[in-house]
Amino acid sequence: MTSLPSLPTPKKLGLVIDLDVCVGCHACVISCKEWNTGGYGAALSDQQPYGADVSGTFLNRIHTFEVVPEGGQVIGEAGDARIVHFPKSCLHCEDAPCVTVCPTGASYKRAEDGIVLVDESKCIGCGLCAWSCAYGAREMDLAAGVMKKCTLCVDRIYNETLKEIDRVPSCVRTCPANARHYGDLGDPTSDVSRMVAERGGYDLMPEQGTRPTNKYLPPRPRKPLAASAGSAVLAENTDGAKGFFAWLDGMLDRI
Amino acid sequence: MHPAPSIILFTTLSGLGYGLAAVLGLGLLDASTLSAKLAHVAALVMIAGGLLSSTLHLGNPQRAWRALSQWRSSWLSREGVMAMATFVPLTISAWFAVIEGRYLPVVGLVGAVMCGATVYCTAMIYASLRSIQAWNTGLTPICYLLFSAAGGLLLSTVVAVISGSSSDLCAVLALVAVIAAWAAKSAWWKRLRTLVPLSTPESATGLGNIGHVRLFERPHMNDNYLTREMGFKIARKHALKLSKMAILLGGVVPVALMLVVILGGSTTAMLAAVLAVLLYACGLVVERWLFFAEARHAVMNYYGD
Repeated sequence: MTSLPSLPTPKKLGLVIDLDVCVGCHACVISCKEWNTGGYGAALSDQQPYGADVSGTFLNRIHTFEVVPEGGQVIGEAGDARIVHFPKSCLHCEDAPCVTVCPTGASYKRAEDGIVLVDESKCIGCGLCAWSCAYGAREMDLAAGVMKKCTLCVDRIYNETLKEIDRVPSCVRTCPANARHYGDLGDPTSDVSRMVAERGGYDLMPEQGTRPTNKYLPPRPRKPLAASAGSAVLAENTDGAKGFFAWLDGMLDRI
Repeated sequence: MHPAPSIILFTTLSGLGYGLAAVLGLGLLDASTLSAKLAHVAALVMIAGGLLSSTLHLGNPQRAWRALSQWRSSWLSREGVMAMATFVPLTISAWFAVIEGRYLPVVGLVGAVMCGATVYCTAMIYASLRSIQAWNTGLTPICYLLFSAAGGLLLSTVVAVISGSSSDLCAVLALVAVIAAWAAKSAWWKRLRTLVPLSTPESATGLGNIGHVRLFERPHMNDNYLTREMGFKIARKHALKLSKMAILLGGVVPVALMLVVILGGSTTAMLAAVLAVLLYACGLVVERWLFFAEARHAVMNYYGD
């Protein structure tokens, strides 16, 4: 049934992604692909994997943005611009348009935990859900002809055959920088909810009216380029050298 | 958005078919004439051809029947249901026209209304998507409905001219509908070209409070499904030129030709009416192509264009 659950789901399982911590290593992309190509539903196919025009289905991708403050400068690598690595996967929206547009009932949001899934045996591969998603969370698998999306590793998080530490989404388990966190965002006392409250976690494109479950934590403030200017200039001259270094400085000048 | 030929063919062909079927349902043509009988069949063929073509872009067309199940929430499903249901009155009308040469007013009117409803559902598939701001307007269904009506009236003018009966009513209505359709489309284009984007790279990343956001590196070097499907922008630079050509081909010339039909002799009228339909169809294909090619998807905020 492609109508959304009428009440807020008792649990809102999702991810919190810390943009201050992500180093853009793409390990989560690889581990996601690896886990999900052998897990839930059809494999995540690649087209021409060894050819010139490689492409394939991924459920998680990392974009990298340059953010330039108002009046900031971009000078080589040391400008005011800052680089933000930006992991993006399904946000498991509360008001998920990808669910309601589905003509077959393949796309659904689970009433118990809010995970948005695709029942691939019902999917006709019309692609309308991918059109409806402003975040690009859904990609059609060109080999299977069905829509693929992040399952929040539904086949891991409830999987009692795995060790408890592994019962989190593959991307979260893999992240070497600990930039990805998994938990119940419907429970205000959960670690992820507290993190969101403390760090000012936010929704992506709130104007789209989708009410995403996943939250992003903003990069922490950084001092501007001008504030570090003093030390940059110091590296070029020897003013203020003392003792042995003052002597060495003098000797080197004489040569 | 990628302009898939199957979808362009579907929306133009079925739009024309539903338009013609609606005009036939309203009883504007003499049901006993051979050309009206052929028109009934042609309308059904165009609608069925359009629907079949729409299944060509599916990944798993063998399960297409499932698309009839989610009419409570999905405009695509509603369209499927309405398309199937509309075949009932249209087939009955066609049967009575072809076999008995009779027009059934009640079935005809019901059919005409259902034709309109089906075209409305088609348009709402696009108009309901907030992620594609260009389409997300009430003008979208108005354009689809008017283009369908104008197409149907132009086709019915050809039918009337061929049958030798009076074609003036059809031609006048067609003239008005063509003008109305392109006026609505011009308003649609004007809205599109003055649109303030709902979502920006700043809102898409939430980093706008730090500063101006620019894509530094894509997630990968080559294209993916998203950039191929939503990132289409070839010939967007020609959009303005193409839209003017569409108005000229599909609007101005057919209107002039309808005047020829009204004023001219029978042979001239026939040539003019047929030419009007052909040019209108060309204009419509350009318009439909632009409908997709010009539409920008919110996800492109993550891909730097």
